[in-house]
Amino acid sequence: MATLARLQARSMFVAQQYYFRNSVVDLFRKKEYDAAVKIQSWFRGCQVRAYIRNLHRITTVIQKWWRSYLGRQEYRLIVKFASCAMKMNFYNAMAVRIQRRWRGYRIRKYCFNYFYLKEYLRAVSETNDAIREALEEFAEMKEREEKKADLEREEKKRDYQARKMHYLLSTKQIPGVYNSPFRKDPDPWELRLQKAKPLTSQRSKAKPKPCISLSDWLACTSARSFPQSEILPPIDRKQCQGPFRDITEVLEQRYKPLEPTLRVAEPIDELKVARGEFRRQEWMRNVNDNMFLPFSSYHKNKKYIPLMNSSSKYGPNSYGSQHFRDENPKKWICDKDFQTVLPSFDLFSKYGKLYSKAGQII
Amino acid sequence: MHSFTKDQSSWIPNGQAGVMSLLRPLLLDVVPTIQQTAALALGRLANYNDDLAEAVVKGDILPQLVYSLAEQNRFYKKAAAFVLRAVGKHSPQLAQAIVDCGALDTLVICLEDFDPGVKEAAAWALGYIARHNAELSQAVVDAGAAPLLVLCIQEPEIALKRIAASALSDISKHSPELAQTVVDAGAIAHLAQMILNPDSKLKRQVLSALSQIAKHSVDLAEMVVEAEIFPVVLTCLKDKDEYVKKNASTLIREIAKHTPELSQLIVNAGGVAAMIDCIGSCKGNIRLPGIMMLGYVAAHSENLAMAVIISKGVPQLSICLSEEPEDHIKAAAAWAIGQIGRHTPEHARAVAVTNTLPVLLSLYMSTESSEDLQVKSKKAIKNILQKCTYLPALEPFLYDAPPNILKHVVGQFSKVLPHDSKARRLFVTSGGLKKVQEIKAEPGSLLQEYINSINNCYPEEIVRYYSPGYSDTLLQRVDSYQPLTK
Repeated sequence: MATLARLQARSMFVAQQYYFRNSVVDLFRKKEYDAAVKIQSWFRGCQVRAYIRNLHRITTVIQKWWRSYLGRQEYRLIVKFASCAMKMNFYNAMAVRIQRRWRGYRIRKYCFNYFYLKEYLRAVSETNDAIREALEEFAEMKEREEKKADLEREEKKRDYQARKMHYLLSTKQIPGVYNSPFRKDPDPWELRLQKAKPLTSQRSKAKPKPCISLSDWLACTSARSFPQSEILPPIDRKQCQGPFRDITEVLEQRYKPLEPTLRVAEPIDELKVARGEFRRQEWMRNVNDNMFLPFSSYHKNKKYIPLMNSSSKYGPNSYGSQHFRDENPKKWICDKDFQTVLPSFDLFSKYGKLYSKAGQII
Repeated sequence: MHSFTKDQSSWIPNGQAGVMSLLRPLLLDVVPTIQQTAALALGRLANYNDDLAEAVVKGDILPQLVYSLAEQNRFYKKAAAFVLRAVGKHSPQLAQAIVDCGALDTLVICLEDFDPGVKEAAAWALGYIARHNAELSQAVVDAGAAPLLVLCIQEPEIALKRIAASALSDISKHSPELAQTVVDAGAIAHLAQMILNPDSKLKRQVLSALSQIAKHSVDLAEMVVEAEIFPVVLTCLKDKDEYVKKNASTLIREIAKHTPELSQLIVNAGGVAAMIDCIGSCKGNIRLPGIMMLGYVAAHSENLAMAVIISKGVPQLSICLSEEPEDHIKAAAAWAIGQIGRHTPEHARAVAVTNTLPVLLSLYMSTESSEDLQVKSKKAIKNILQKCTYLPALEPFLYDAPPNILKHVVGQFSKVLPHDSKARRLFVTSGGLKKVQEIKAEPGSLLQEYINSINNCYPEEIVRYYSPGYSDTLLQRVDSYQPLTK
């Protein structure tokens, strides 16, 4: 029992000591544990670091080799381009040298060749002078031709006039108009008249108006009026395709003479022409062309228009129709008529006696 | 009956549309002479007035005409073609009406007729229709007229040749494609042959046709030149007829304006001399294409301009400039002179010695000149002055030029004087230096710089002597001078 009491008294202490010693051991265990953890972690860290270092070293090696490979490739490319560029520059420089020389030569020889230009201008001025001369000649020739044509026309006109006037030629008895005896030598017209052949009346008739008839249409279809070109078509023209009719047939057809119908056989105005013909025949036989009028004064249907000098506002002046002398009886000295001392003309003695007695003179 | 229609045709009506309804049944008459005379009457009426032509179109007469054109005899064909021509000549709308009623095909068939009168009437009608615009020309060409017209040109009758050439000219003037069609029909060779024909009206039409073909493009112009028209065309420049000269110079101008090579060809053939003589022998509008041709030739290159100068072109052009009354011809002459003188100092000198520059200046300054003339003469003066080193010609400009031209003149002096001592002396003795001192210029402007460079050529005393107000400054010095008193 004592032990129990002793134990019970010591139980608190034992509990405390139990607790205390456990806790101390715990603490110590914790410390130990922490220390062990520390050591282990540090060691593991070293391990891992060594491993990573190794890895780094390896990757560096790999990357180094890879980068050097890429770099060498690039370098090769750069060298290639640089060499190409150098070559091209060289070629360009050489080409520029050639072109420079060539351009200078070309400009000096062709474009700005002073002597050539002077030659050219001289040649141009020579051509100009030649052309001017040629044109002057041409103009002169044209003028001469015109003058000649004019002269010829004049000559023809004068000739024709001389032929028309040939009857004015002087004969042995009667000197003509142009051969007046008071002249020293005859007028040049006289000589012309001598040379001229007399004009026959048929020639001087005007040419009949061209009457359009059927035969003219026939004439038009002749070969003359087909279009004629002086230039024949080229020989190597493509052959026209197709079966053709026989050429004689075609020509026969084309140049077939016209077979006009009855209606067309006569001209349109045949009736008028026939009437005209008949009238012409009659006219040949006519003595007088005027129409026969029934009454003698049929044509006197025109109103008489008196002279201005002998009419006035108040009617016709009697001078000129009723008396022919201006007589003023108030001025007469005596009533008697003149006495003839010398024999007068017959006419004067019959004055006033031949007219009708209805007038003043008895 | 037909005498009635003949009387009517010589009667000039005033807006009588009732005439159409009278004439229309006559067209369908049994007697052919009446039909022909009615057609002739219609043609004369339509020819006189475009209202009547419209009345013909509105009266539905055209289809009847076109229908019977195919069948009747040649007198009717001639009369009907005359009606179509008379209607088609007034305006594009009427010509379009003719095309719309299908007349082109029948007209082209008439071109193949035997009678030359019918061909002439048909070609005339086609020419008048094609004259108005490009669509109508295209319609005429589409109907197949071009090869037939080329055949017509080869006919022996002169009137037919004339009309066919005029029709070809009217067709090809609108566009390059139409001209190409005409060329493809082989027209150029025949037209070139007919230049030698003595008839002057034919020559007019032929030259006009060739110039309308050549004006469109370089290829066409080269084709015309390959037909060997040079130097034959130069004889046409000496023809008596004014319009032959005008058309020949138009042709040469159209060829010369395309490329320098073509101009070179013309110069080598002596064309420039012939043209200058031609310009000298005519007056007025006839000269205008010749003047323009010289301008075009000189514009291409300086060698060609020098060729124009040695052919004595500049005196002739300056005569044209002074004596022509019309402004547009003066403007063309001013432009041509500018083209000649603008290349190098040699060219400018050649222009300046003929005393043309004062004339150009007076034209520029005169208020009566048209705007076009003023612009062209100003450009010509500027271009020539910028290259001119011939000082005696420049001096008058110092006195009466407006400021914008004065600046160029003074600039030229400032370029020439530093290098030439004789010129410097002459400049002083002729009073030029004095005038230059009197010019007022803003400091810093180009004119001031030029004046400074001129002043730098001379010693200071001379510059001060000639500056304005020098006598006043001297007198002031006299006033302020105190004599030394002993």
